[in-house]
Amino acid sequence: MAEQGQQHPIKIYLWIWLLLFVVSFFSYMVDYLQFQGALRWTLILIFMFVKAGFIVAIFMHMQWERLALKIAILGPPVAILVLIWLMSYEGLYIEDTRLEYYGESTMEPQTPAHH
Amino acid sequence: MSEAVLSSGGEIEAPGTKGVADDFSRDKQVFGVPWGKAMMWIFLLSDTFIFSCFLVGYMSVRISTTDPWPIPSEVFALSFGGDPIPLILIAIMTFILITSSGTMAMAVNMGYRKDRNKTFWLMVATAILGASFVGMQAFEWTKLIQEGVRPWGNPFGAAQFGSSFFMITGFHGLHVSAGVIYLLVVAFRVKTGFYERRGGNYEIVEVAGLYWHFVDLVWVFIFAFFYLW
Repeated sequence: MAEQGQQHPIKIYLWIWLLLFVVSFFSYMVDYLQFQGALRWTLILIFMFVKAGFIVAIFMHMQWERLALKIAILGPPVAILVLIWLMSYEGLYIEDTRLEYYGESTMEPQTPAHH
Repeated sequence: MSEAVLSSGGEIEAPGTKGVADDFSRDKQVFGVPWGKAMMWIFLLSDTFIFSCFLVGYMSVRISTTDPWPIPSEVFALSFGGDPIPLILIAIMTFILITSSGTMAMAVNMGYRKDRNKTFWLMVATAILGASFVGMQAFEWTKLIQEGVRPWGNPFGAAQFGSSFFMITGFHGLHVSAGVIYLLVVAFRVKTGFYERRGGNYEIVEVAGLYWHFVDLVWVFIFAFFYLW
């Protein structure tokens, strides 16, 4: 199969294409409808992983590759979770030290001017 | 892959973990894919780590700053005469990139069908969509720079916003620009019959497609974490 290349029906591409449009529309709606807090973050992550999954699995043909390639390519990025975990703790620690030594910020957020 | 398949050498390739052990331990090429495709995947893996470092760096500065983070929904709003519509340009850019991913997937498919004309035009369409994406990004940068956003500060909130924005979107835009050139080169080679003279193998279209889909993939993460979060 690998020698013949990745040959699949066009229909599946059109379906995934349509689904990507729909899911992107949903993720835009998360912002447009101003969902906040945990609901916002959960929806953002769900839509993000659905889109990423479709792109990698179908458009990049990962679904049809042998398991050896899947593991070799999709395995290593899992290590990034460790970096995220470490750096979020580090970030919180730096924020705490800043608050302790420099105090609360006096900066007010501004709304940008539109042209 | 749920059942065993025959490799080109006629050996039976086992599915599942048995297949993984076979692929890695047998005295042969590990990945049963063309060399260019395996190398592209490994390049994309390294690129994944680069973009992850940018995004994790952005996360770190956003967590650690004590100043309020500018609200992307307002910073990236655009008004067409009336009230500003939140994040509208970014939404349009997202749809353009998805459309280009679709045309690219079709181009790969047509390449394997050896339909050179359709492959060429679909790849050119992909490149045009990619170029318009970069154009909109240039517009976005211009607008923000005019409003006083700099890598070292901005009028809306935390100073780190500017450096994160310019680094992340700039590096992504550079990838899109390189992709446009890459796609055009391959497209014209398809058109002129370059690959026909090399045995009529159109795997290269899929390899170029992998790169392009990856650019779209990175945008999915940037859109989620930088613009929506």
